[in-house]
Amino acid sequence: MFDFRPFFDNFDQILEGFWATVRLSALAAVLSMIFGTVLVSCRVSPIPVLRAFGTGYVNVLRNTPLTLVLLMCSLGLNDELALKFSGSNSTYYWWAVLGLSGYTAAFVCEALRSGINTVPLGQAEAARSIGLGFTQSLRIVILPQAFRAVIAPLGSVLIAMIKNSTVASAAGYAESASVMKDILDQPSFTSGAIPLFIGIAAGFMILTLPTGFFFGWLHKRMAVVR
Amino acid sequence: MTKEATVLFDAPGPRARARHNILTVVAAVVFLAILGALVWRFNEKGQFAGKLWSPFLKWEVWDNLILPGLWNTLKAAALGTVLALLFGVVFGLARLSDHWWVRIPAGIVVEFFRAIPLLILIFLAFFIPNKVSPSVADSAFGTFQRVLVDNFFSIFGVEINAGVITVPAFAAVVFGLIMYNGSVLAEVVRAGVQSIPKGQAEAAYSIGLRKNGVMRLVLLPQAVTVMMPAIVSQIVVLLKDTALGYIIAYPELLNAAFRQVPANYDNNKLQAGIVVAVIYIAINMSVSRFATWLEARSRRSRKTEAKTMGGGVGAPPRLPRGAPPLPRPPRGRVLPVGRLVIGVYLSEVKHPVMAPTDPRMRDDSWYDRSCDPPLRLLALPHLRSRRRPRAAAPQLSHRRRR
Repeated sequence: MFDFRPFFDNFDQILEGFWATVRLSALAAVLSMIFGTVLVSCRVSPIPVLRAFGTGYVNVLRNTPLTLVLLMCSLGLNDELALKFSGSNSTYYWWAVLGLSGYTAAFVCEALRSGINTVPLGQAEAARSIGLGFTQSLRIVILPQAFRAVIAPLGSVLIAMIKNSTVASAAGYAESASVMKDILDQPSFTSGAIPLFIGIAAGFMILTLPTGFFFGWLHKRMAVVR
Repeated sequence: MTKEATVLFDAPGPRARARHNILTVVAAVVFLAILGALVWRFNEKGQFAGKLWSPFLKWEVWDNLILPGLWNTLKAAALGTVLALLFGVVFGLARLSDHWWVRIPAGIVVEFFRAIPLLILIFLAFFIPNKVSPSVADSAFGTFQRVLVDNFFSIFGVEINAGVITVPAFAAVVFGLIMYNGSVLAEVVRAGVQSIPKGQAEAAYSIGLRKNGVMRLVLLPQAVTVMMPAIVSQIVVLLKDTALGYIIAYPELLNAAFRQVPANYDNNKLQAGIVVAVIYIAINMSVSRFATWLEARSRRSRKTEAKTMGGGVGAPPRLPRGAPPLPRPPRGRVLPVGRLVIGVYLSEVKHPVMAPTDPRMRDDSWYDRSCDPPLRLLALPHLRSRRRPRAAAPQLSHRRRR
């Protein structure tokens, strides 16, 4: 029952799955941070159209299951509408990256917005009184402080994103969860199911726990002293 | 439009207004262009054909596919919510326990299930019992396994046939939801209880409540109001996570409307996806709206309670002369005033406990011990007299004691 041999027989495949998870979540992390920052700038901007776009986007994406978002990307946009990424043979990977980062961006936006709320009023007033415009005060004064205030929440958003990357297996991208399912589906795989689970779980803990510690440490280090 | 100044920008002057107008037009054009490209692509691929959209206007599609799917989603979400809340309260409080042998295992369980993806947990429940059970059935635990499944897990539809366990998709989804969201809720509960000011627990201990009473009567009721927003947003997450049942073919809303309907009606995946998204958004937004309403309501009631608190907690209410006396409170019982505030009639307590009964309170450094002995002497003269040492026994010997 606790026979680890089948686990190590499939070790290469599992490692490949985790490499796929890392590739997906690393790119999605960067893209969702960028897109989330753009979204939060839209949500607090003086232009009503951009504000409405930001609010609508966040409300739609936050209340839709990620499974549906990724399935719409892969089955809907890719297969039905034939919107493909040109010059790439791994189009499902790019759709998974896009769907995952688009979904996570809504949460990044919400976290950042709560960060903006923690910035004292005087900071914004001071920025305005020395003649900074909206973009300048947001870029130079408000957002840096907002980022530093919400490093820990952003960390948990990113951890959730790493865990959510397993859902991409539903959208045709082979990563660690689909590797686990493939191995379990083999009829020859009769013993060693529990070690396989332990191994996959340990793999995810290796990815998520250090991320959590890192962001906790960063939060302590970067917190704005007031 | 934006004449009013907010924190981030001033009321726009003429140049800023002109700039905003230009930017508004540019943004609108960009969004319309994206939308237009999408619509054009829809049209080009024939996605606006009536036969792709009309299934969602037919009652039998709703009756046979979508509504049963919605029912299954809500069923899994409801059971998952209730059991995850239970799991969260039990493990959240266990992590606050004074005993390391409760605290540490609970911490390991919570951190473990929080660190791994929900989908892996669903796979754990769905595939692994099926693989593992034959070898367990051959071992010494075979009978135990059969009895356990027959008597407990059969509630969730788990079956055992000749030593092979089959877990239905419903049970697997609910298991994953409970373990994952329950662990998150455990952290919410722990944080909520820890956010209550220490004075509340100290006051509760000082009126003689035990650990159980302090938690149940004082800390948890206040923590629930603090935790409410986090709990509800976790319920929304849980509701969305039921969609993972799609992957193991649990017939929930996504599976019914996004797999079954397109399979039967000309592969209308995009249309089905849009309809399903609208349903999910409607449900989740109404849950969030309900939470906002609940929060506003509880905040309102907390305010009124805060007002009554000023009326003299700890002293019997003053009555005008000649008024009939208030019914006497039961002796020595703690009297909850309102829902959150604890008032106690010290004069009614037969044996007021001035030193906390809980040893933790005496050992902890934050408990100010310096006030202990004088407090006891001053406040409880009757106790002092009762405990007066007996007079020394008459000395029979004339010899001087050494």
